[in-house]
Amino acid sequence: MRESQFQEPNRFFLNMGPQHPSTHGVLLVVLEMDGEYVLDPQPVLGFIHRMHEKMGESRPCQGFMPNTARMDYVCALPYNHGYVSLIERKAGIEVPKRAEYIRVITSELNRVASHLLWLGAYLLDLGAFTPILYGFDDREHILDILEDVTGSRLTYCYYRFGGVYRDIDDKFVEATRAFIKRLRKRYDIYEKLVTKNIIFIKRAENIGIISPDMAIRYGITGPNLRGSGIAYDIRKNEPYSVYPEFDFEVPVGERGDCLDRYMVRVREMEQSLRIVEQALDTLPDGPVRSKVPKKIKLAPGDCNFAVEAARGELSYYLVGDGTSVPYRLKIRVPSYSNLSCLPELGEGILLPDLVSIMGSLDLVIPEIDR
Amino acid sequence: MKRYFSDLFVGGKSLVDGLVVTLKALCQPMVTVQYPREEIDITPNFRGHIDLVLDPEKNTFRCIACGMCERSCPSECIQIKGKKVEGKKKKTLSLFTLDFTKCSLCGTCVEICPTQALEFSNEYNLAAFSREAFHYDILKRLEERII
Ligand code: SF4
Ligand code: SF4
Repeated sequence: MRESQFQEPNRFFLNMGPQHPSTHGVLLVVLEMDGEYVLDPQPVLGFIHRMHEKMGESRPCQGFMPNTARMDYVCALPYNHGYVSLIERKAGIEVPKRAEYIRVITSELNRVASHLLWLGAYLLDLGAFTPILYGFDDREHILDILEDVTGSRLTYCYYRFGGVYRDIDDKFVEATRAFIKRLRKRYDIYEKLVTKNIIFIKRAENIGIISPDMAIRYGITGPNLRGSGIAYDIRKNEPYSVYPEFDFEVPVGERGDCLDRYMVRVREMEQSLRIVEQALDTLPDGPVRSKVPKKIKLAPGDCNFAVEAARGELSYYLVGDGTSVPYRLKIRVPSYSNLSCLPELGEGILLPDLVSIMGSLDLVIPEIDR
Repeated sequence: MKRYFSDLFVGGKSLVDGLVVTLKALCQPMVTVQYPREEIDITPNFRGHIDLVLDPEKNTFRCIACGMCERSCPSECIQIKGKKVEGKKKKTLSLFTLDFTKCSLCGTCVEICPTQALEFSNEYNLAAFSREAFHYDILKRLEERII
């Protein structure tokens, strides 16, 4: 640690983490403090580095599938989606239409689950215990629905090259429709409990303002970028899978403060529900898995695939060398860039505001460290 | 001055609104269960650790000890051995162990098996004090089920 150069008595260093409830994982933020004010917050990464990329380069590409879910464990399906689509693009594998629809439906449900968890956790950071219980109650329904088709509750390994692991049935469709209805009824609860709550507003409004310019400078993506008023969403700007067939909006904020980021996520849940609804209405029949060779050869050359995860742009970059083991695999995760703005954002603010900012950025640490 | 009081009123009302929500929830049926005294049913599609399928006709396993699952497992947690039995041409399974501490529940082994000899168990209440407790002898587990 740096030597203290402070003359004044109330200047000191404070270690926030790596075991701090509001860092949501093993993240250490070294804070240079002046009394209650933060002068310089510096994140220290690497406590949970598991060399996922290296693992991807040391085994046939099928074997990396379970790893994808272990990066962002809160919203694992888009991570599955990005990786299977990458290999499909690289190896030229066709995916049946029904499988793409199922991927979109399950990914969007996972996004809603992720936002519900975030909502609860953020409010928990701000000192409100009740909302997380409501959030978990709703999220539990999604987990049950997904568990029935994927077989797992959190670290899904559901998509396969050329399709999905299991077809969805009437029970799934019914349960999903029931859930959509249920969540729409619950918006009112969240609005009364959280959105209109004066304490919450005071803790989030005009705190941690990310200007559009700053957001671009740091490569911030996802709801954090949209909170700053830039309507950038991979699902719209660089459409993949069957997203172009659905009608949905990209909610944006105005000021780019914590409250805007909160509002963007809440409104995004409704948009995700709209996508799921449309996909269920137009779900095509047919197979859910195409024939794929046992050993997938990755032709020499590189390939890239980006998807919109719940936290922003997730992009896989792969270099092949003709074998089935990737020569190089690089994963661009959203939270890493989202966190990088913290030193600038947290300069000269109160410590409780820093907690509010970090909560509003929706960081998932295992994804940052990989 | 007027603003101050109207803020106070709006803010106070928002807190009361929130309390009404929780009060309503208080009168609604409970959504949690008292685990471990109560348990909820789990979907049959749940993927627990793998198990050998008990063939109802032959009253034994279907596995032909080909080793496909062992080779394709990304976490290298399956170990298989076959031995020659007199009177049979092919090898017979003599050892099937799973190191569940390493298993990522990906399902590759179940999908790749040419004889559909593997299935997922439905066990999720798993806790133990040692690592070794999760080194399962899958073959023994099957033999216990043979009647
Ligand atoms: S589920 Fe996956 S990790 Fe587990 S034993 Fe089977 S192949 Fe190996
Ligand atoms: S793949 Fe199936 S048949 Fe072959 S060793 Fe494994 S369980 Fe036995």
